[in-house]
Amino acid sequence: MKILNTALAAALALGALAAPSFSQTKAGFVYVGPIGDGGWTHEHNKGRLAVEAEFGDKVETTFVESVPEGADAERVLTQMALAGADVIFTTSFGYMDPTINVAKKFPNVKFEHATGYKRADNVSTYSARFYEGRAVIGTIAGRMTKTNKIGYIASFPIPEVIRGINSAYIHAKKVNPDVEMKVVWVFTWFDPAKEADAAKALIDQGVDVLMQHTDSTAPMAIAEEKGIVAFGQASDMSAFGPTAQMTAIIDDWAPYYIQQVGRVMDGTWTSVDTWDGISTGMVAFAPFNANMPADVAAEANALIASIGDGSYKPFTGPLNKQDGSVWLAEGETADDGTLAGMGFYVEGITGDIPN
Amino acid sequence: MDLSSINPLVLITTVMIAATPILLAALGELIVEKSGVLNLGVEGMMITGAICGFAIAVETGNPALGMLAAMVGGALLSLVFAFFTQILLANQVATGLALTLFGLGLSSLLGQGYVGVKPPSTPKIDIPLLSDLPVVGPVLFQHDMVVYFSILMVVVIWAMLKFSRIGLVLRAVGESHDAAHALGFKVVRIRIMAIMFGGAMAGLGGAYLSLVRVPQWVDGMTAGAGWIALAIVVFASWRAGRVLLGAYLFGGVTILQLNLQAAGVNLPVEYLSMSPYLITILVLVIMSAKGGRASLGAPAALGRIFHASS
Repeated sequence: MKILNTALAAALALGALAAPSFSQTKAGFVYVGPIGDGGWTHEHNKGRLAVEAEFGDKVETTFVESVPEGADAERVLTQMALAGADVIFTTSFGYMDPTINVAKKFPNVKFEHATGYKRADNVSTYSARFYEGRAVIGTIAGRMTKTNKIGYIASFPIPEVIRGINSAYIHAKKVNPDVEMKVVWVFTWFDPAKEADAAKALIDQGVDVLMQHTDSTAPMAIAEEKGIVAFGQASDMSAFGPTAQMTAIIDDWAPYYIQQVGRVMDGTWTSVDTWDGISTGMVAFAPFNANMPADVAAEANALIASIGDGSYKPFTGPLNKQDGSVWLAEGETADDGTLAGMGFYVEGITGDIPN
Repeated sequence: MDLSSINPLVLITTVMIAATPILLAALGELIVEKSGVLNLGVEGMMITGAICGFAIAVETGNPALGMLAAMVGGALLSLVFAFFTQILLANQVATGLALTLFGLGLSSLLGQGYVGVKPPSTPKIDIPLLSDLPVVGPVLFQHDMVVYFSILMVVVIWAMLKFSRIGLVLRAVGESHDAAHALGFKVVRIRIMAIMFGGAMAGLGGAYLSLVRVPQWVDGMTAGAGWIALAIVVFASWRAGRVLLGAYLFGGVTILQLNLQAAGVNLPVEYLSMSPYLITILVLVIMSAKGGRASLGAPAALGRIFHASS
């Protein structure tokens, strides 16, 4: 009898403990950098917090930061899935294969992979058209440079990064035919010291406008120190470069995260491929710096408007590839497939893309 | 390709700045390992130093006080390691790894209020007469105090290990703690002091990152510099001079490859990017290869637990 009682009590206690988790949706987030990076991961984490604010007690979110891309990510993902996550957001390109591998083992868990191209029944992909933002900052850069040298700190040679370089270059060149793009590959998403060194190397060689496709705010701080112009990446970095930052491309993931977690909750989640840009607000801009000339700001705003309403596409011909061969004829626009797999520079950019 | 756009003088100055954090941390670890202790927590002590130094420098407006606070912070954190490994006789590898994780978390917590804050700039010290020398002057003699301090420490540590009684005792403890104990040396006390020295140096290296090289506070900003420092100690076969060589080589090739890229040199970026690791390892391995294993100089008691009863 006593044993039965104890068992009953244990069962009740278990039931009481387990009860809330039935109604609660668990969302996991895997980050490539620390949430305090001031850039990419910072914005993803803001999206996570927005999900919590939206759904309150109905959702429980967890995250793991600074997860290396590769095998280690698989371990973290598996652990999250085992811990009962209903949906897991993997927020860096390098998590693509780990996400697919773990998704196979957990068919009932939904996965959302950022910036990749591999999908499955329980794996969605989502990304933002950062290149639309790059077109705008490229235009501003072309107008602002006095030395006609624009520096670009690139992370890894993946299509997303190459697209950004091309878009920025095309639009800088459009307003300033003499412009030259100096690209430095640092092969990291987050290493403040290395990013700072790359910024210094570029500035030492005459660059007076700096762009970055890395996640820390170090290049912005160097730009501020050296008195040149720069653009924030992924998040508003004006705190680190109040004079230097003309504007920043902001990735606003919050609406997407709220939408997808909502779909998991009401059971309408399906595997989708989302690629939104300025039109939906997934790509937004930090307030323009007061020291940006009014005509440049007006030009940038007009460009934002025309990309936003779809009347202008950043990759519109005539455009040639780096080797001089024709890519897009007059008036032709690039399709999403080509953009998603972009592996070449456009004409005018010097240097090779690493393999 | 236009190499003329690279100014060699500017380049050397940047190299010295880039190499200083790893040099400091590696020198500290050199002493720790010479005493027979393997502390893998360098990364954690560096990042803790980075935030301690940053916070104090911002609050007081004095970068020198910040550097000092970084040394205290790093040393305090290393005391945690010392307590576990020297008093409780815990495994050094596991404790060191835990120290790194702890340091990363602690620094992130301490740094909450310091994201986006600008630190006071660290003044450069012109050495009179020498800094006026043509060419050499601006390159070698117009740095901040930490760069001079790091180079001075190379000489001090080298001389200390080679000529002084303290150096001899330290080495004895690191080679055979039982023998040292039998001779009446306080093995545990000496090791704790070495660990604290290592913590202070790593902390200073971290503060140099957050106050001079980057300069700002970002979560996880050391991004592996502590591990590089650890590797350099091994490849330098536990010698102060070679630690200097290794740190400057690593810093030098890192900066050089970024400059070559910016100059548009027609070399595959992959090779440039891996060159700092390859060249540093290669040079140090070749240097230490000629004398066989004995000349590698790893302290014999490295990583072994000591208890007076054994």
